[in-house]
Parts: sequence; structure tokens; C-alpha cells
Amino acid sequence: MIQLLVFLPLVAAIIAGLGGRVIGHTAAKLLTTAALFTSAGLAWLIFVQFWLSGSAGYDVPVLDWIRSGDLVVNWAFKVDTLTAVMLVVVTTVSALVHLYSWGYMEEDPSQSRFFAYLSLFTFAMLMLVTADNLVQMFMGWEGVGLASYLLIGFWYTKPTANAAAIKAFVVNRVGDFGFSLGIFGTFLAFGTVSIPAILAAAPGMQGTTFSFLGAQVDVMTTLCLLLFVGAMGKSAQLGLHTWLPDAMEGPTPVSALIHAATMVTAGVFMVCRLSPMFETSATAQAVVTYVGAATALFAASVAIVQTDIKRVIAYSTCSQLGYMFFAAGSGAYGAAMFHLFTHAFFKALLFLGAGSVIHAMHHEQDMRFYGGLRKHIPITFALMTVGTLALTGFFFTAGYYSKDAILEAAYANGSIHAVVASLVGLVVAAMTSFYSWRLVFLTFFGAPRWAGSEHIQHALHGAHDHEDAPVHEPAPHAEPATGTAGYHPHESPWTMLLPLFVLGAGALFAGLLFHTAFVGPETGAEFWRGSLAFRGALMEAAEHVPSWMVAAPSVAFFAGLGLAWFYYLAKPELPARIAAAMPGLYAFLTHKWYFDELYDAIFVQPAFAIGRFLWVRGDQGIIDRFGPDGVAGAVRGSAVLARRFQSGYVYTYALVMIVGVAAAAAFFLVPHSLMAVGGR
Amino acid sequence: MPLLSLMILLPVLAALVIFILPGGDAQRARVIALGTTLVEFGLGLLLWRDYATDAPGFQFVEKLDLFAPYLSWHLGIDGIALMLIMLSVFLMPLCILASWTSIQKRVPEYMAAFLLMETLMIGTFAARDLFLFYLFFEGGLIPMFLIIGIWGGGRRIYASYKFFLYTLLGSVLMLLAMIYMAGVAQTTDIGELSRFDFAPDVQIWLFLAFFASFAVKMPMWPVHTWLPDAHVEAPTAGSVILAGVLLKLGGYGFVRFSLPMFPDASAHLIWLVFGLSMVAVVYTSLVALVQSDMKKLIAYSSVAHMAFVTAGLFALNTQGIEGSLMMMLSHGLVSAALFLCVGVVYDRLHTREIARYGGLANNMPRYALLFMFFTMASVGLPATSGFIAEFLVLIGLYQTSTWATLVMTTGIILGAAYMLWLYRRVVFGTAAGDDTRAMHDLSTREVVILAPIAAAVLWMGIYPASFQAPMKPAIAAIMTRLDGRELATLPTWLSFSSRAAVVADPATPEAAR
Repeated sequence: MIQLLVFLPLVAAIIAGLGGRVIGHTAAKLLTTAALFTSAGLAWLIFVQFWLSGSAGYDVPVLDWIRSGDLVVNWAFKVDTLTAVMLVVVTTVSALVHLYSWGYMEEDPSQSRFFAYLSLFTFAMLMLVTADNLVQMFMGWEGVGLASYLLIGFWYTKPTANAAAIKAFVVNRVGDFGFSLGIFGTFLAFGTVSIPAILAAAPGMQGTTFSFLGAQVDVMTTLCLLLFVGAMGKSAQLGLHTWLPDAMEGPTPVSALIHAATMVTAGVFMVCRLSPMFETSATAQAVVTYVGAATALFAASVAIVQTDIKRVIAYSTCSQLGYMFFAAGSGAYGAAMFHLFTHAFFKALLFLGAGSVIHAMHHEQDMRFYGGLRKHIPITFALMTVGTLALTGFFFTAGYYSKDAILEAAYANGSIHAVVASLVGLVVAAMTSFYSWRLVFLTFFGAPRWAGSEHIQHALHGAHDHEDAPVHEPAPHAEPATGTAGYHPHESPWTMLLPLFVLGAGALFAGLLFHTAFVGPETGAEFWRGSLAFRGALMEAAEHVPSWMVAAPSVAFFAGLGLAWFYYLAKPELPARIAAAMPGLYAFLTHKWYFDELYDAIFVQPAFAIGRFLWVRGDQGIIDRFGPDGVAGAVRGSAVLARRFQSGYVYTYALVMIVGVAAAAAFFLVPHSLMAVGGR
Repeated sequence: MPLLSLMILLPVLAALVIFILPGGDAQRARVIALGTTLVEFGLGLLLWRDYATDAPGFQFVEKLDLFAPYLSWHLGIDGIALMLIMLSVFLMPLCILASWTSIQKRVPEYMAAFLLMETLMIGTFAARDLFLFYLFFEGGLIPMFLIIGIWGGGRRIYASYKFFLYTLLGSVLMLLAMIYMAGVAQTTDIGELSRFDFAPDVQIWLFLAFFASFAVKMPMWPVHTWLPDAHVEAPTAGSVILAGVLLKLGGYGFVRFSLPMFPDASAHLIWLVFGLSMVAVVYTSLVALVQSDMKKLIAYSSVAHMAFVTAGLFALNTQGIEGSLMMMLSHGLVSAALFLCVGVVYDRLHTREIARYGGLANNMPRYALLFMFFTMASVGLPATSGFIAEFLVLIGLYQTSTWATLVMTTGIILGAAYMLWLYRRVVFGTAAGDDTRAMHDLSTREVVILAPIAAAVLWMGIYPASFQAPMKPAIAAIMTRLDGRELATLPTWLSFSSRAAVVADPATPEAAR
């Protein structure tokens, strides 16, 4: 069953991708969508077995993969509760996004390619979550990276989309650099890459040291931190987050599937899957906690000033991933997975809802040109509101349960870093509520401000080349024109609305239905059955936090909602005035804390500059000049000299070369000199 | 049946037929060359089928004393040689097909040069006599020299001269070392020499002499500058053979000579190799990033990939060496395919200037797909051959030096950057001109050339055991020779894991901890 579940999307992707032109768009779409719904059905079957009938975890070997010396890597599926949860999340959202794309991508000339990519992504993601060893996990890890790259750059004539695609791939490679080193180190320390074997041996390795870069370091701390760098890349944590907002260049269904519900949560999944490793290193846990909390705060602060509807949700995703990480760092792995699970529903809902808005507004994404849409697209409005309620943690919605579980568990953990994280989490909860309601108010309430939008102007004048439309970049303080300009937004077709309803139901009820299973002190241990390091005592303590801690998230919700109402409905002229009053802070936030500028200055530009320097000065200026060209020049110079040079030449050249390489090798042993070469 | 002799002599015979039999026109030369190379491929498959995978030592041994004791026609292959012969005979028919229409000048001579090339490549891998190896090894220069010099681009004379100078001069020292070795060991049999213990201090000098030759052939930084020029000027098929097979001669030399014959020197000089490899990866990757010529970019990326080969070999453990050999096979396929991909668009637009392309995904979707596949294989995406190779090299290297691994692993970031940047400029975006927009998609002939390589890359990535299995006994033999040799020491603050102080037998990793 698991084989069918995993390989169906691959088969569909291959047929739709290679044969799309032969079988036609409709057949390709039918095939991939049917495959995904079948997979989703199977995933729910598996999940129910684990949830209700207490099925034991099992391993399904498929094929030998790599064997070399004592290194053994197999293709194999590991199925347990943790896998089952991920299977459900991945296949469900993917199936719904496939369906949604029927409507959203209706006019696109290469739809079958799009659906093939979506299915390919799903396959890679399934390989990731079913991996029974680190190398197969890495294969899925890179596979989703490829699919993400292809989908971000789907509209490949758009320069911004291409740049975003490359950025996503390369930044993720930086994370994979850490992940790879983590795998190599794990193999050195444990002699295996099999996850069950590593997790079984991890407690015994606690406190041991090994040599890394010449220093004696704690084995488990080093390995966990290296692996965590991979998680930071994939899950867009502070420092390696820069690719995620740019990834919004991809079609909106992609954002919902990959950059909200599934791929970006792979890092959280990895930490939970390897939670027995992280449990052996307090340092690694503290780092995970701080990185998570810092990301949550950073992303929320940036989300407040974004004007692009998708970017607000992207930063919100980044911020919510921060929650999941500090939950995991605090030892509340069940709560992290619970938030991952509920977040998949409401964040996919918000993205697909935003897609519906964008669809209605003729591909305009700037909220400054929205306003008053609730009367025109009421179904989208209602479902977006449901998603926002769940994200901001309104009573009894999905987010209410999972966010509270995280905050309370982090507080109950008691260690300084976890308590700090829980307090940061509270502040971020208020910010989340503020920017989320800001989005709703700007989009659906107030007077229409559509007239200033170039996309709407295009629509009115009958230009339908929205994919090729120049990127729309209004001046930051442009005074948007008001009015509808005679444009009539239309509600999306049923293929787009149906997924919204399903996800809306999840956003409302997933928390209520599953919180005892995922985070209950005893029921949780029974549900997870050792598939992650569930701390029953911590979850027990989380139920007895002070009453102010219980009430605080709800206070944060109302505070954010109230502020958003005040600034964007009651006094809509205030935000611009505040921005003008604090230009430094405003610029800092709109420039996303200047990360892109910084990285461009210290990594991208120098890489090209050094490359050009090495090529012109190194290869041509030194090696060729004193090597072959120098020889040739000397030979041409004088016949007499040439004879002498030639007779001694073989010897001299080889000798010089050997001395040179030996000296160079000795020289480069010292890392300072490596830097010197780099900066020459 | 003397299969190896047959495989070596058949192409020469075909070349003679092309030349000597009257009535030779271009088309006949093409057909004969294609037929011969296909037969060679068939013979290669026979060889693989009949090769006893688990048996150690050389197989298909043939010996004919020509000028004994100095030179004998002594052939035989182990698994490593087998896989490299397979690589050669697999690429050869594809090269002939790739030259089918693009070469119009002196076609019979061109085909004869390629057939001669095939003879010399198979001979190099099959030779068991020291001097026979030398003849084949250096002889390979001549046809390639001609291919670049006659059918090359505008600066072909400069390029072929540079190519010849570099590679020949490096090998003179090797010849001297060989003469010395034959005198001391009283044999020219490579198998026996691999078991002969030279004094450790002599080993250092012999190692360096061979190193001078192999480093140029690899090519290792800083003797790599002949490669970009040679590639740029060579015709497509010439680049394919150069990148696909000739670059593997250096690595093959290290495996066949340096490691088993000079094990103490190898263990002692790992930092010489690591140092150069580390510089090569960072240096050439950054240089590749700024190239505006497609072939130069891929040539520089080849230098970076070959640095993985050298670093993996001198990790001196099973994973490292297996990874290096997989890298040689993988790079042989992937870089060959990338040069073929460049050739496809070069045939249409007659420029290698990246800026002249763009937006090919619109009018050449099949090309875009295959090019994307090989790009991903080049950056080592899992499930392609590139990943298996990189992964094994690095996991092996990590056990010997974490520093070297750290630096080498940056190659996966830089590699992704320059390859995706190339792909984005050629295939994505919008067309640079109307002629770019008018280019037609891959013809059936071109698909027939590229698709088998893609299949092989995928096979090697998903089930590498097929390719690794024959090589394992040979690698185990090398490991036996290396076992217990003392590794070079470093200042303590740079020292690597203590378990790597001596080369550890892979079968008992615990023992050395």
C-alpha cells in the first residue's frame, strides 16, 4: 500500500510530464489529480490505522541503493505515526491543490507541465517523510528542492521568477551543505545512516567527543547543529530565510502546497524524526529554540509592513515555522507536529484564498489596490476569515489548540531559553493577529481602491497577457487612487472553492478533533508510540501553567485584532503617518532587516568579483603567462636561448612544478592563506 | 577468443579500410566508423557479461612477448579497467553520430582519428605491461592533437599546442620513473609491480614523477589551463572524448600506479593532493561562475569535479576510492552529455556565447528537459549518478579530514550556482534574437544520442550496484596495499580524527578507533 501511495504520483508525473503533449492537458490533469486523490485516500487509511487501531510501525524495503565498505543505504519506507501524520498532510493538501489548479491555471498554455511538477514534488516529499535512513531523506530533501525550483520558475520568461528560483535552490544548498556534513559525521560516529539504528544508539553517545576541524567537540551537539543547518535552509529560518518570500514568484497553488503546508515544514519534521538525537544535547536544543523564537519575531515584524498579499502570508509562514522550532527545542515535539498539522490546513487555506482573491483581481497582488471585496467575492471572504481566525488562534479553532500547546509547553519547560521563547511567542501572537487582520481589513473592507492597479487597467482594456505583464512595482508612498474603475471581480469556479471548503473545515475542527491525540500527556504517548521523543511529563506540566499564561494568547488575539481594526478601519490614515514619523524603522522593516542587501554585498558580488579576478589574474595572468605562454615566448625569442631552454626545459618545468605544488599545498594548509587567496 | 586484442585492433583495421580502400567518400567513412564503434560496444557488453564479478585479479589475460623483458603485448583487465572500457565504447558511437552532419571537412581522416583514439583508450585501460601502458597512454595525445588542430575552432593551433605541451612534458618524468622501476623490480608487469615494495623514500620521488603526469592529465589546479582552451577549440565530439574519457586517464593512473605501487608515499602526501583539490574546487567553481562561453564554463566545472576524484582517491578508504571511480564514470557521462548539449545549439547558431541564447524552453522543450536533467546530474542531485559519486567521495574524505571535506563540500553550493546560472541564461528568459527563437527542437538523431546517456545516468543514480560490483574486488586489493600505512601528520590544531592516523581496513573500522 505504501509503495502504491508513494509511486503513484511519480508515475503520474512522468506520464504527464513526458507525454503531456501527446495525451493533452485534460488527460494529464485528470491523471495526476486522480493519482493524488488515490494517494490521499491511502494515506488516510494508514493514518486511521495508527490513530484508532494502534497499528505498530513497520519498515518496507524496496531496493538496495548504495553499498560501500561498511556503508549500507537502502531504498526503504519507514511507516509509523509520525510518517502517517506527514502522509496525510502532504497528500491531502497536494490533492486539493491539484484540484484547485484546474481553475487557477485554466488559461495557462503549459498546464500539463505544471501538474507534472506538482506530482513530482509530491513524490519527492513522500520519499522524504517515509525515509528510513538519512540519505534517502536527503534524496527527498533535494528532490523537493528541485520541484520547488522548477515551480518557482514556472513562468520562465519572467526574470524575477528565474532569479527567485535560483535563489531558492542555492540558499537551500547552503542548508544542504550543513545537512551533508551532518550525515557524514553521523556515519563517522555511528557507523550507519539508518535512522532507527542512530536513534537507538544516540543516548549512549551523549557526552562523547570527537575531532571536528581539529577541535575536540561534543559529538551529539555537533551533529545536531549540522543537521539543523539543513532544517534551517528548508524551513526558512532566520539567516537562511531569504529565499521564501521571493518564492512567491511561483503560481499561488505552489505557494500553498510547497511554501506553506509541506516542503517548508520538512525541517520541523526532520527535527522531530531525529528528536531522540536532539534530546541528548541541551546546547543544540537551546540553539533550536532561540533560532525558532528569533525567526518568529523577525518574520512577524516584517509581515506587518508588507503590501503584497502573498508576501504577508509568506512571512507569516516563516514566523509560524519559528513557533514549531521553538516548540521542538523546548522538547514539545508533539506540539510542534500538532502545529505543523493544523498550520497545513489554515495556511494552505489562506494561500488558496489569496489565490482566489488574486484570480478575482486579475493577478493584482498589492493589497493597497484591494478594498471592499467582501461584497464581490463573499465565499472567498468567508473562508479567508476562517483561515485568519485559525491562524490568529480564535477560540476552538485549530490554531487555538496548537499555538496554546506550544506556548504552554515552552513555558512549562522551565529552562531559560524555553521561557524566553514562550514570552516572545506571546508577543508574536499579538503581531500575528495584527498583520493577519490587517490583511483581511485591507482586502475585504473599506472602499475599493482598484483604480490604481495596472493589472485592473489591463483587464479593463482587454489585455490578457498577465503572465508576461511587467512586474508591477508602485512607489512606496504612492497615493493609491480610489474607486472601482468599473471593474467587476468575479467569484472563482467550484474547482477552486471546493478545496477551500475542505481546508476550512480542517482549519476549524482539526484542533478540536486531534489535540488529545497529538499533545495529551498520556494519550499523546500512546498516539506517537515512540515515533518521536514524546515527553509526557512536560505535556502534563503544560496543563498546569499559571492562569495568566492560559489567558495570554487570547488577550494577544484580541489586542492584535483591536489594533488592526483601529489602524485600518477606524483611522486608515494613521499607518502612513506613523511610517512617515519613523522612516528609519519603517525602511528597516520594509527592507526585511536588509538581509538581501547584506548577502548580496558579502556573498554574491564577491563571488563574481573573485571569480573574475582568479580567471583574469590567476589563470591568464600568472599560470598561462609563466607556464605555456612564457615558454612559447622564450622559444620564439632566440634560437640559441631556445635550445638551451629546451634542453633544460623539461627538467626545469617539471621541477618547478613539483616544487610549486608542494609549496602551494603546504601553504594552503594554513586557513589564513586560504583567505588570502580568496581575497587576492 | 582474445577479446581485448580484438577490441584494440578492430578500430585500427577499420581506420585502414577507410583510408586505403578506393572509392572512399565521406558517407562511407561515417558508416564504417559507426558500424565499427557499435561492434566495439557490443564486444564491450560481451566483456562485461563474461567478466567474473567477484573474482580478484586480472581477467581476459593475454600475453605475447614482443621485446621481452622490455615490452610485451600483455593485456588484462580488472573491474576498474572494465568499467572505463565500457565508458569509452559507450561514448564512441555517440561521438560518431554527433559528428554526422557537423563535420564536413576531411571526413575520412576525422573518422580514422576517432577510431585510432578508441584503440588507444581501450589499450590504455587493458595494458598490463608498464611500457605498453605508456605507449597507449601517451599515444592518445596524437589523435586528440590532430582532432583539435585540424577540425578545431579559430584558435585551434594555440589550443592544440598548449594541450600537447602540458600533457607531454608531464609524462616525461613518468617515463624516467618507469625505467627506474623496471630496473629495480626486474619486471614490467603492472600486477607484480603493484605488489613490489619500493623503499619509502624512493616511493616519494617515484610518486612525484607519476604525479607530474597524472596531475596534468586530470587536470589538477594549477596545471589545468590547457583544458578550457582545448575544449573551446575542439569539435563537439572531441570535447566529448576529452571530458568523457581522456580526463579519466589521470585518475586511472592514480588508482593503477600511485596508490598500490607507492602506498607509503600516497599516505604521506595526502595533503599535497587535498591542498590542490581544495583550491581547485573553490577556485575553478568561482571562475566557472563568470564565464561567458558555454564550453569554458563546463570545462572549468570539469576541473572542479576532477578535484573530487583526487580528493576521494587520497581519502585512502573504500568509500573515498569507490566514490572517485563513480565520479569518473558519472562525470564521463554527464560532462559528455553537457558538451553534446552545447554542440546541439552550436550546430544551429554557431556560437558558444551564452548571451546569444535564452528562452530555448519555448522553442526547444525536449532540449530544455534533457539539458535540465544533465544540469541536475552535474550538481549531484540524488537519484542521478553525480550524487552517488559526490556523496561517497565526501563521506570517505570526512573520515580522513574534516577540514578538506568542509572545503570540498562548498562545491555543492557553488556547483549549483554556476550550473543553474548557465541554464537560466540559455534556456529560460527570453530569446536574444530572432535566430535564437527560430532554432528547432532536437532531431531524432540528437535524441538518440542523448537519451541513452540519460538512461545510464539515472541507472547509476538509482541502482549503482551494477556499476560498483565489478570494481569492488579491485578496490579491496588496493585497500589491502594501503592498510596500515602511516598518514601524514599535521600541526595538532589542524589534526584530523585520530582514527585516521593510519589507513584503516574498511572491514574493521573499530580497530583503528
